[in-house]
Amino acid sequence: MIRVVLPFHLRNLARVEGDVLLEVPPPVTIAAVLDALEARSPVLRGTIRDHGTLKRRPFIRFFACKEDFSMLPPDTHLPDAVVQGEEPFLIVGAMAGG
Amino acid sequence: MSTLRVLVGTKKGAFILTADGTRKNWSITGPHFAGWEIYHLKGSPLDPNRIYASQTSGWFGQIIQRSDDGGKTWNPPGTKPEDLMGPDGMPKGKSNEFAYEGETGTHLFFDGSQKPWEFKRIWHIEPSHTDPDTAYAGAEDAAIFKTTDGGKTWKELPGLRQVKGHLWQPGAGGLGLHTILLDPTNPNRIYIAISAAGAFRTDDGGATWRPINRGLKSQYELPDPDADVGHCVHRIALHPSRPDVLFMQKHWNVLRTDNAGDQWTQVSGNLPSDFGFPIDVHAHEPETIYVVPITSDSLHYPPDGKLRVYRSKTGGNEWEPLTKGLPQKDCYVNVLRDAMATDSLDPCGVYFGTTGGQVYCSPDGGDTWTSIADHLPGVLSVEVQTLK
Repeated sequence: MIRVVLPFHLRNLARVEGDVLLEVPPPVTIAAVLDALEARSPVLRGTIRDHGTLKRRPFIRFFACKEDFSMLPPDTHLPDAVVQGEEPFLIVGAMAGG
Repeated sequence: MSTLRVLVGTKKGAFILTADGTRKNWSITGPHFAGWEIYHLKGSPLDPNRIYASQTSGWFGQIIQRSDDGGKTWNPPGTKPEDLMGPDGMPKGKSNEFAYEGETGTHLFFDGSQKPWEFKRIWHIEPSHTDPDTAYAGAEDAAIFKTTDGGKTWKELPGLRQVKGHLWQPGAGGLGLHTILLDPTNPNRIYIAISAAGAFRTDDGGATWRPINRGLKSQYELPDPDADVGHCVHRIALHPSRPDVLFMQKHWNVLRTDNAGDQWTQVSGNLPSDFGFPIDVHAHEPETIYVVPITSDSLHYPPDGKLRVYRSKTGGNEWEPLTKGLPQKDCYVNVLRDAMATDSLDPCGVYFGTTGGQVYCSPDGGDTWTSIADHLPGVLSVEVQTLK
């Protein structure tokens, strides 16, 4: 199971507490995790990436295993530790606004 | 006795204020959607317990919420567990998607360049007078969307942006479609207003639109005195008994039209400043209107630090300040364009919210005012439901 950590407001929106657990068939990429997350919680569509283009929203960041995946292509494979559920995939609201 | 329900959208959530018809003792629930900007909430006139809300965030984008029990519980339309799966087993979750139709096109930007339309948020939701599943939504960047399935899906009425959309440019707050007025006697007629493009009207249910800005003067921003788009209209209002008569608070100037927008006339009269944002009409007196003068385009607070609503009982030109119960010194709040509303009791109640988080109610048409909420986040919108 993939563990996804959502920011506070998206946890509330999706009505989840704690990590979101997702079954994601290989290959486990950024896009595959987001697809599975949006399939589980359709209300999150458009909140992490744009509806039409599927581009990451400007103030959203992705982290895993202390690495920043935000700027990497959506088909980037996630580390084994994420695939095996040992480390979470973090979706973070970027610091902005002072 | 009637019940009043005041729907307040703020910068940090939604609040619902309720009272009986005396309008003396108010209870507050909220924040709903805590931490999110709630640009607007509005109930269906046919089913008052159905309330639509626009929930937005610079981080997470646009969410549409709907309550079917008067604001006690909320769901994004189409995402209740029983609604989740479509015929092909795929989740729907389309209620937050506002996609421009066809070629996206471009609009004028501050620097004179053309910029592609980009959806940012919904400023205003106007439920239909004839069908609780139908509503209209005003977007930034400016466009009008329509739902006919209770908000599960939204489709643009693209004819609006074809009216010289390349000449529209954002106001300081963005290129927002902020006002939608439905003609209660003619379901094919809709008025809308955009900052800074102007006012527009459709007479065929939204297929085609025309600018209705003749008579507006925007001397410095628009040197062309005959420009039919590009005006910074802040708000328009009508009384349901006379849908051809509109009142307008423009960037500067207060105006009226008696022919559905074909020609506007300035009625600023003796106002201390004719800059402001909201304008509204008394529920039972179609010639009684309200504005909140603001010092200037550079100073978005009341003149002299005195919060005064101005009322005209003559449809403009002759204005009187309404001050009883409102702060008359050291007050530097603003009242935003969607933050004034009236109830339909007799005497008519008038309500407005401030950027300082106060909500004021006048139960007597504006003669006296009482604060019914003091410390909310900055108020973005106020709507009132008069419930039997």
